[in-house]
Amino acid sequence: MGTRFILNGVPQDVTEAPTVTLLDWLRETRGLTGTKEGCNEGDCGACTVMVTDENGARALNACILFLPQLEGKAVRTVEGIAGPDGALHPVQQAMIDHHGSQCGFCTPGFVVSMAVAHLNGARDFDDQLAGNLCRCTGYAPIIRAAEAAADAPVPDWMDDAGALEEVAGPVPPYAPETADALAEWYAANPDGTLVAGATDVGLWVTKGLRDLAPVAFLNKCTGLKGITVTDDTIRIGAMTTLTDLLPVMAERHPSFAELIRRYGSVQVRNAATVGGNIANGSPIGDSPPALIALGATLHLRHGDARRDLPLEDFFLDYGRQDRAPGEFVEAVSVPVQPDRLRCYKISKRFDQDISALCGCFNLTVTDGIVTGARIAFGGMAGIPKRAAAVEAALLGKPWTLDTVTAALPRFAEDFTPLSDMRASSGYRLRTAQGLLIRYFHDISGAPASVLEVAP
Amino acid sequence: MTVQKPLPHDAAPLHVTGAARYVDDIPVPANCLHLAFGLSTIAKGRLSGLDLEAVRTAPGVVAVLSGADFETIPDCSPSAHDEPLLSDGTIHYAGQPLFMVVADTHLNARKAAALGRATYAEEPPILSIDEAMAAGSIFEDGPRIYTKGDVDAALAASPHVIEGRIEIGGQEHFYLEGQSALALPQEGGDMVVHSSSQHPTEIQHKVADALGVPMNAVRVEVRRMGGGFGGKESQGNHLAIACAIAAARTGRPCKMRYDRDDDFIITGKRHDARITYRAGFGDDGRLTGVEFTHLIRCGWAMDLSLPVADRAMLHADNAYDLPAARITSHRLKTNTQSATAFRGFGGPQGMVGIERVMDHVAHVLGRDPLAVRRTNYYPEARAADGAPEGSISGKKKQGAVLDTADLAGRGSVRVETGTGSATRFGAVHSPGAGAAKSGVTPYGMEVEDFILGALTEQLVETADYAARKAAVAEWNAAHDILKKGIALTPVKFGISFTLTHLNQAGALVHVYQDGSVHMNHGGTEMGQGLFQKVAQVAASRFGLPLDRVKITATDTGKVPNTSATAASSGSDLNGMAVKAACDEICARIAEVVAPDLQAEAAQVVFQGGMVRAGQAEMRFEEAVQKAYLSRVSLSATGFYKTPKIAWDRIAGKGRPFFYFAYGAACSEVVIDTLTGENRILRTDIVHDCGASLNPALDIGQIEGGFVQGAGWLTMEELVWDATGALKTHAPSTYKIPACSDRPRIFNVALWAGENQEETIYRSKAVGEPPFMLGMSVFSALADACSACGPHFPDLQAPATAEAVLAAVHRARGAA
Repeated sequence: MGTRFILNGVPQDVTEAPTVTLLDWLRETRGLTGTKEGCNEGDCGACTVMVTDENGARALNACILFLPQLEGKAVRTVEGIAGPDGALHPVQQAMIDHHGSQCGFCTPGFVVSMAVAHLNGARDFDDQLAGNLCRCTGYAPIIRAAEAAADAPVPDWMDDAGALEEVAGPVPPYAPETADALAEWYAANPDGTLVAGATDVGLWVTKGLRDLAPVAFLNKCTGLKGITVTDDTIRIGAMTTLTDLLPVMAERHPSFAELIRRYGSVQVRNAATVGGNIANGSPIGDSPPALIALGATLHLRHGDARRDLPLEDFFLDYGRQDRAPGEFVEAVSVPVQPDRLRCYKISKRFDQDISALCGCFNLTVTDGIVTGARIAFGGMAGIPKRAAAVEAALLGKPWTLDTVTAALPRFAEDFTPLSDMRASSGYRLRTAQGLLIRYFHDISGAPASVLEVAP
Repeated sequence: MTVQKPLPHDAAPLHVTGAARYVDDIPVPANCLHLAFGLSTIAKGRLSGLDLEAVRTAPGVVAVLSGADFETIPDCSPSAHDEPLLSDGTIHYAGQPLFMVVADTHLNARKAAALGRATYAEEPPILSIDEAMAAGSIFEDGPRIYTKGDVDAALAASPHVIEGRIEIGGQEHFYLEGQSALALPQEGGDMVVHSSSQHPTEIQHKVADALGVPMNAVRVEVRRMGGGFGGKESQGNHLAIACAIAAARTGRPCKMRYDRDDDFIITGKRHDARITYRAGFGDDGRLTGVEFTHLIRCGWAMDLSLPVADRAMLHADNAYDLPAARITSHRLKTNTQSATAFRGFGGPQGMVGIERVMDHVAHVLGRDPLAVRRTNYYPEARAADGAPEGSISGKKKQGAVLDTADLAGRGSVRVETGTGSATRFGAVHSPGAGAAKSGVTPYGMEVEDFILGALTEQLVETADYAARKAAVAEWNAAHDILKKGIALTPVKFGISFTLTHLNQAGALVHVYQDGSVHMNHGGTEMGQGLFQKVAQVAASRFGLPLDRVKITATDTGKVPNTSATAASSGSDLNGMAVKAACDEICARIAEVVAPDLQAEAAQVVFQGGMVRAGQAEMRFEEAVQKAYLSRVSLSATGFYKTPKIAWDRIAGKGRPFFYFAYGAACSEVVIDTLTGENRILRTDIVHDCGASLNPALDIGQIEGGFVQGAGWLTMEELVWDATGALKTHAPSTYKIPACSDRPRIFNVALWAGENQEETIYRSKAVGEPPFMLGMSVFSALADACSACGPHFPDLQAPATAEAVLAAVHRARGAA
């Protein structure tokens, strides 16, 4: 049995190796060359396609999307954005009228991203299109086109939800449908690879040219999905995408939501999962520092055995986590708390860039005295790490600029950052200090980010 | 008339539906093979062993070739014949192709290429500018020096003298479509090549050379590129040659496209540079003399580095009348990717040097940098002579006779001076060598068309510069952490290939019996809208609606011996060539139908789909059929060569440029003094396109060029490690501007004027000049850093957050 999905309105049953990407299949097997390869790593958006499932339509990068991830879903490529009779979609017409294409190579990806935003009624175009790079236009005419098309009705051919039942039904064996089934499979295949959103694992294939077998796809695994909020805890299933986490955090910790807004791009956030961002152990993943600052607990499972640990304890050393073979991340939970969290992501580019450093600050001040301090950084060590010495220097002290200034030298005790292509060691250390100063001003309401300055 | 109308890009409907074909989209026969290179992992040394056994036995592999498999390794260089397709045993940079794999699929070729095992006798590489200078590792016999007046005396007599230096980073092109080529073997050993190239004739020449066949056995077709920016002027040679060789050896179609990381690691980028300066000036900021030293990092092979470095020197003055100047240029050979053409072609680096001087002078004097800039502007041109537009030289068929086919590349080194046949078209508008005369560039060319005085005045008003400058100062007085800056910088950019003989173009136009027109010329389409602009010219000459003109792929079989679509020259050259061809056909038709219209042929005009003389008229189609029935040819070639230019690059004297294109930008920025983060708040631009052929396309070039230029000077940073390996080799690590990085407020206006030189419909070239408007962002960032303390912030490029934070600390006097 192959992977069943709908392509531009037509049901497909595809039998290919599980690590064939949608992009290669479209271009090389199906001859649908409108979808372009720009980078083959999910950073340029030239391969953007629309994928619809029971939760609606989303933009995804086809270059790091494996065919089994499409099981039971509907895919619409640029060839399917115009109507069956060739009628242009409003965003297509607007792109022509507003001179939104020059060389045209990025254009199909932009058109699909714009069509998905249009379908979903999204008008935050800078965010909707942050994952699509254009080297010719300087973006201004593309945004003009998006704005011009915003009020046009959605063409009827864009509705793929109604057709999903045509590909509903049993799923292939490599896609466990429950956490129990996954636990059993992974315990039996501890050397296997778990594919969640494939925004990282996808590169193992497209850039590392690796063979992943045996492999399990988690996209059908219902037990890992969803966010549950109780009076005292927010439990986030491992397969929760960053897109789905954003609105929950926007209500409770808006600065975390702002961090997520700048995490990858729409296409990446639609695929990337919280569990994946933790489990891959990257020192520069953006959600671990924020979750650590919130006091998160990680829920691990091996077979029927479950264990919990503070998230910061999961990260042992560069490339090494406290995870046994066959053990997987089931969920992460954070305590419900008043919002004192601020997340600061420093990168060469504001949108869709990996952090040079990411500092997350969560201080509790009672009667002017610092009574709680959780400060965690990404990009400052081989793992996401708390600034224990800085925290200690603040605890019990009056919350003043003098206290902050006195704590700054302690950063050098907590961190010996690397120099790499994103920033030098000296810059990282100096800027980490600057971020504590920023937190002091920010939490008291002073303007603290260039993103908030109006022209 | 369709010229001057803001029509969309001709291929826009194909772009938005995904129907526009790029090389990798062309349907290929089922037996097509795919290529990948295996790359060197060290920067310098000798190959001591190359084990390709695992490569040969990998799934899908058909052939594996290394340098040892060639009697003579094909050359890929556009200049000095110093770029073997595959290493001859010597390693020049990390990323140099060592072997090539021919396999059944792209993925199998890549997987197999990863299995090669090379061993090396490593040598210490020469990577940095300092290392190259210390080792005397240079191209050419010594530095090039251009001088005007006695700069030493001028500096000695100056009330103020400053010294400084600025490091200027390189830039990856990041064309969205990576390099690609497809070779289709033909009968009798002929080869058809589809290439993503700005220079089909170069591809044709290099493929013919590699195959050992005459150029007439190779036909190269380029329908479009997914972006070029100079990165496809010479860097596509390797893929086309590799495919042609593999196709010739296997008898099967062969295709190659670089994976993005390979594209970064193999191909050349913008030259990074260090510019040191000494400048003398008076209390008013008027310069008395400037001395520049350009240290240009060229990488391992010559490529186009000499003309790039020349153009940097030719723009060391930018908009400023330097009473005395000496520009010394060192072209450094390093074990890194061979730096190549990139929009502006050295001009941007040269301009950044003098703009830094302006900011430095203003800082010393405590004056508004804009005032210092205007004090130093060239004298404004007199009102245009108003030379009538008339018959131009386009009908002349003779071109410069090329004695070898090697001359079509901009990096050609066989021609050291370019004073060729063009001089016969008129006086060279340049005074005697070395005259310290006002209004004359350091290379002795009179600036006759300077409009930046008036253009700047307009921008100062539309951007509300004075009020906003005051508002920025107010903000900075009230805020400690976030500081603002504002700057207005000009651009004066010379238009023409500095290798004079390249300033020629050909066209081929057919009119069919039904009155439809088929248009071809030597220019290539990379997104700039050249095809549409030139089609507008053709439609206007025939008086036809645009949809009667078919735009076709660039094809070396239709128009031979073309120059690269580069140096912003596409519309100027090819527009004129197409005009000449169209006018030739119109003249023939007019001869035929004049009796029917009861007029002389010279009175016949082509307008609104009709052929008219006085009140008499007939439909164009009818006139065409009459011409056909009269056995009159409805096909013509057109040819154009740029007049007035003559240039001696060794002496640094002459008139290298037909004219200058102008523009100015005012940018306002905000920086975070705790982190160095920064962004553009607003940019206003006034840019000179002469009488624009298509204002919509020209504005597109200006907006896009500005953002690309701002990217170069802010977030785009190339990083090599100590071994010479490029660490920023994908969009995950090399950041070009994204959507939200464009200015929040972004106003672009075209200067209302026409080219005082006789160009196609009095328009001006627009491809490169707007790129340098991005300098306004860099100067604005420097201005914001200056607001942090009394010291000169000495901001370095690119102004990443890290560079800005360092400048903030320098302004405060901190280490």
